Amino acid sequence: MLTNFFEILISGIFVGGVAGYLGSLMLSRKMTIVVDPLSHLALPGVALALIFQKDVSLGAFLFLFFGTILIWFLEQKTKLPTEAIIAILFSVSLAVTFLFLSTEEIEKALVGDISKIGKTESLIVVLISLFVFFLIQKIYPKLTLISISEDLARAEKINLKKYQFLYLLSISTIVALGVKFVGGLLVAGLTALPAASARNFSKNLKTFKFLSSFFGILALIFGIFLFKIINFPAGPLIVISGFLIFLISIIFKKKLKLRI
Amino acid sequence: METILKVENLNVKLDDELIICNLSFEVKEGEVFTILGPNGAGKTVLLKTLLGMFPYEGKIEWKKGIKIGYVPQRVPFVKDFPISVEELFRLKTKDKKEVKETLKLVGFDESFLKKNLGEISSGQYQRILVGWALIGKPEVLLFDEPTSGIDILGEETIYQLLERLKKERNLTIILVTHDLSVVFKFSDYVICLNKCSVCQGKPQEVVTPEALSKLYGQEIKFYNHYHAH
Repeated sequence: MLTNFFEILISGIFVGGVAGYLGSLMLSRKMTIVVDPLSHLALPGVALALIFQKDVSLGAFLFLFFGTILIWFLEQKTKLPTEAIIAILFSVSLAVTFLFLSTEEIEKALVGDISKIGKTESLIVVLISLFVFFLIQKIYPKLTLISISEDLARAEKINLKKYQFLYLLSISTIVALGVKFVGGLLVAGLTALPAASARNFSKNLKTFKFLSSFFGILALIFGIFLFKIINFPAGPLIVISGFLIFLISIIFKKKLKLRI
Repeated sequence: METILKVENLNVKLDDELIICNLSFEVKEGEVFTILGPNGAGKTVLLKTLLGMFPYEGKIEWKKGIKIGYVPQRVPFVKDFPISVEELFRLKTKDKKEVKETLKLVGFDESFLKKNLGEISSGQYQRILVGWALIGKPEVLLFDEPTSGIDILGEETIYQLLERLKKERNLTIILVTHDLSVVFKFSDYVICLNKCSVCQGKPQEVVTPEALSKLYGQEIKFYNHYHAH
């Protein structure tokens, strides 16, 4: 019997909403492509946290943070495209994870484990989610312009590096929170799926942002309830819920275009 | 007429390759100034250098406090980008009234505000980008390769639009093009660019068959536009 269902649900709603909101920022290919590999960078951090019995989000965040800086550094030094660098770090981080963890722990690291979220933890999750929400809100207009055209952004004297860094920081934080719920392998599903579903219904940015957050919340709620009922790992259930929303969105795509 | 831009001995090197060599010119207020040249001649680099996007040697001196509008070349035209025309403009200004005025200025009525960027034609998109550049009321407009496309009967062409803007807003226009007819019909001053300046001056005086073959490296068919004005 779950005694902490309420805590799980509340933190899920916040993480799902902000992850969906963040997903709506991934307008261009270049911005989408970094999330998946970046989230895998969290894995060794999760592994270490499990070994030392610390909070997985903390471990994930530390690794993501240093990973992001490392990506930056390698980018400057090698002039390889960001995607290539992330792919390199990604395979290394997976290898390291598999080296150190037992099979049972590997499962936790890969697909998440929400059964242990308590009162303090959920409060922290809510606060950090709110912080990231406001951060995203602040950088949203400039990042939108950057994804439309870097030239236009430069002409407006926008500091591209700064905004890309804040973008990566937002992703790192959400991924770190997300690993609790869906693990390091599935976390891209929290951002990409709601945004893809929302895009099918949206004619403008306002609708897109709103629906993407909304679908993110919906997927978390469905997934967590399914988890309570059938007692399978919540991570895959949450991602599958997101996928079902996506399927429905494809069916209604032609009929519904919304402007809020 | 007041000089709004003065360039002296400009050299631009990117990754150790000389892209622009030893350019000097002046742009006067209210002028249409064209940069003509083949692909890879450094036209876009020159424009971006003037905007401060690339490091350079030499002197680039804009009139103090001048406001510059910029329409880049071929902004990727993203279909299904869930953003409306109004939202695009609002990325640059908070002023709703200015958004409406600008839209009208580039030839659209207010209903266009709600249009999704994916729904409009590439010609309309180019006008929207001109509108984007005009927000903030710049005194000079830098335009990289306007594409004339297919002119729909009765619709204003991009050059007619620029002519009108020039009058209504008292704009100075710096234009990159490889279209000769634009140079003859439209511009007051031309600089023929192929890394270095091949010719510069009034189009009717300096754009000769000899200059063109030097610019493009071969004989090209030359239509005399001397009496175009």
